[in-house]
Amino acid sequence: MSTAPQAKHPLPPVNYLNVNYGIRSWLLTTDHKRIALLYLVSVSVMFLIGGVAATLMRLHLITPHGTLVQPEAYNKLFTIHGVVMTFFFMIPAIPAVLGNFLVPMMIGAKDLAFPRLNLLSWYLYLAGASLTLYAILAGGVDTGWTFYTPYSSTYSNTQVMATALGAFIAGFSSILTGLNFIVTIHKMRAPGMTWFRMPLFLWSAYATSVIQVLGTPVVAIAIILVGVERLFHAGIFDPRLGGDPLLFQHLFWFYSHPAVYIMVLPAMGVVSELIAAFARKRIFGYKFVAFSSIGIAVIGFLVWGHHMFVSGQSVYASLIFSLLSFLVAIPSAIKAFNWTATLYKGSISYQAPMLYALGFLGLFTMGGLTGLFLASLATDVHLHGTYFIVAHFHYIMVGGTVMGYMGGLHYWWPKITGRLYPDGWARFAALMIFAGFNLTFFPQFVLGYLGMPRRYAVYPAEFQVLNVMSSAGASILAVGYLIPLVYFIWSMRYGPVAGPNPWNAKGLEWQTSSPPPTENFEETPIVTEEAYAYNDPPGPEIPATGAIGGAHA
Amino acid sequence: MALAQAFPLRPRPGSTIAENVDKLHFFLTGVTLFFTFIIFAAIFYFAIRYRRRTPNEIPPQTQTYMALELTWTLVPTCLVAFIFVWSSSLFFQNSRAPNASMEIFVVGKQWMWHLQHPEGPREINELHVPVGVPVKLTMTSEDVIHGFYIPAFRIQKDVLPGRYTTIWFQSTETGVYHLFCNQYCGAEHSGMIGWIYVMTPEDYSVWLSGGLKGESMAQAGERLFSQYGCNTCHKPDGSGKGPSLIGQFGKPQPLKDGRTLMVDESFIRQAITNPNSMPLADYAPVMPSFQGQMNEEQILQLMAYVKSLAAQERKGK
Repeated sequence: MSTAPQAKHPLPPVNYLNVNYGIRSWLLTTDHKRIALLYLVSVSVMFLIGGVAATLMRLHLITPHGTLVQPEAYNKLFTIHGVVMTFFFMIPAIPAVLGNFLVPMMIGAKDLAFPRLNLLSWYLYLAGASLTLYAILAGGVDTGWTFYTPYSSTYSNTQVMATALGAFIAGFSSILTGLNFIVTIHKMRAPGMTWFRMPLFLWSAYATSVIQVLGTPVVAIAIILVGVERLFHAGIFDPRLGGDPLLFQHLFWFYSHPAVYIMVLPAMGVVSELIAAFARKRIFGYKFVAFSSIGIAVIGFLVWGHHMFVSGQSVYASLIFSLLSFLVAIPSAIKAFNWTATLYKGSISYQAPMLYALGFLGLFTMGGLTGLFLASLATDVHLHGTYFIVAHFHYIMVGGTVMGYMGGLHYWWPKITGRLYPDGWARFAALMIFAGFNLTFFPQFVLGYLGMPRRYAVYPAEFQVLNVMSSAGASILAVGYLIPLVYFIWSMRYGPVAGPNPWNAKGLEWQTSSPPPTENFEETPIVTEEAYAYNDPPGPEIPATGAIGGAHA
Repeated sequence: MALAQAFPLRPRPGSTIAENVDKLHFFLTGVTLFFTFIIFAAIFYFAIRYRRRTPNEIPPQTQTYMALELTWTLVPTCLVAFIFVWSSSLFFQNSRAPNASMEIFVVGKQWMWHLQHPEGPREINELHVPVGVPVKLTMTSEDVIHGFYIPAFRIQKDVLPGRYTTIWFQSTETGVYHLFCNQYCGAEHSGMIGWIYVMTPEDYSVWLSGGLKGESMAQAGERLFSQYGCNTCHKPDGSGKGPSLIGQFGKPQPLKDGRTLMVDESFIRQAITNPNSMPLADYAPVMPSFQGQMNEEQILQLMAYVKSLAAQERKGK
């Protein structure tokens, strides 16, 4: 079907991309779709920087004595990788790029509730990212992305404050985006768009926004306290000044564990959309999937102590945190089973977005199940801080979030740009990323159980074979990520015109032209059916909405 | 067998808890493989069986099937409940050292491990212990947080400044095992490594006698006790400004604010570094703080001396 519409549908003569020109029209835009593109460019730059750091680390670890750099430089590399990827790629990627573009379109609104606040969010992100990049250029920072005290507050003489301040400022970007989404979803749904008619992407965007608004202030407080101790030697975390070093870990993980769900919940939302579209089925157990997002968001706030099982935390506290951590596994399992069941008796096609969705399903399952090893107290005592946990969270963050993000980008790319990318290359890249990913991170599970600590610039020789495998996988992964960059840029000029609905998918965003007009819909759509109503015949002429983009009518 | 030696999946088990932890680990590995297989098999089967045959194909829609939803909610719930009980009881058993443990004192500092035996011998980045004897380590840090990790024993605990954490093991086999710092601690973190030498009791006593030239920890503590003038107030007969320390260790001590604390390692450490935070019920708060005047090893030696005073009293009776 991807070839059929292009002859029928020329690009709409006026759309959000060409409605006006010039750098000012972009930098001062309040159009949620243009802001999404500003974010797309900025998070892609940050992904590249974080990726370069990762590549250098994997090159360095090919030999036990370290091939590339001194330990000080290695410590800065993994800190840069962690800080940039977490705060400036994973957290904003899906909400700020896909969420910005899609939340108003999916509910049939013209824009977010606060368009100028949305632009401010991007500028805050840009300011935070710039400050962090400055910190890297001014000598870097070596605390690890976790900023554990008293190392970060008293001992490290690298650019701790500039980096932490960068994350602090970017945090406000995250809070404001979350606030914007919550208000938009509550107040701006089109007539007939009830809560249970919303696409599941919106449920997960909503759950994510709640975490962003409630969690981020806590890490902001933790950063301020580190700053106060560094600058004024107030005794907060350093026991020599009368402070408590574990207090920081509580504050940090109170945000940073829920932040894991900020990263992965939106990807779950994307995957729900992809599986529904490419199996042409309503998501099996829609309400279970919707409420499991809310469940994950709520329980996710109560499990931070599982990062501290070996910290000296009380045994009884650890027992409670272990139990609660196991509980998070249940909504995740419900989602995985329901997605798989959606495929049953579907009409499944294998365009690139679906390959990413199925890749997500497999890798997220492994990432989730290996979390059981770390929620289990007895095994965590051995695995804590080893490569096992590095492998585990990369299965969630890369195998989950990045796979979801890439799948979403491929799925909505024709809507964003109005053009198609070459599907063959896209499938090839998806398979390459899947293979490269597994070769990179699977050996790290074994390395971890064998006892190799993370954050080691040099390591005992017996760990070399597995490290070389991991580095080889990383090189495949790196190439896999570069291919889409090339064909996406190519497609913006040379790609075949996509038409409004190249996948024959359901959802309001597919009922307007591609690229959409600035106000998204010619008329406010009226919703009369549930999400993913694939029983109806395909095609854009769905009488229920009465609002189809005029350009192709 | 040869393959397992070339590509081991676990570190050589060297402690009494290692095999039990491994059992849980391999059970969890089985659970992971089982569910991963189910999901992958279902994906592949559905992907082929229900592939799209014509471009405009619309599949029949299926309804949510409540019994199925409940099944895959309750089965994982029961499974994780089972794992929780298993792993927590194992953790609970492993968390407390046996009473008859041999004691070792550990001080971490950027970027080395100082280890001291009560008899006196001090080691850097090495620890010699006899096989089969439970060993309890009392650990603290001079600077940042470190992590004391012996993979072969499946044990790990963070080492914090300003307080004591403890860990214990009972080795099962002689040999040499890795000791890693596993809490990132700065530039030479990956160089803060060492070796645990598990020896036969005979070899150990030979090794220990070779290191017995200096004073024991308690003797060093007794020297510090007079060097820092502790003995001017803490007189043995209780006539000084402070309480006599004979027989104090392991006993409850009432404070001015009404609390009663057990005199343990942390109590003594705090009494030395920050006595104002814990004024004793029956004494004037006149003791100065020794924070910054002695290092963590000296504090541990003083503690060993105070502990030996408790033993003295028991003998006296």
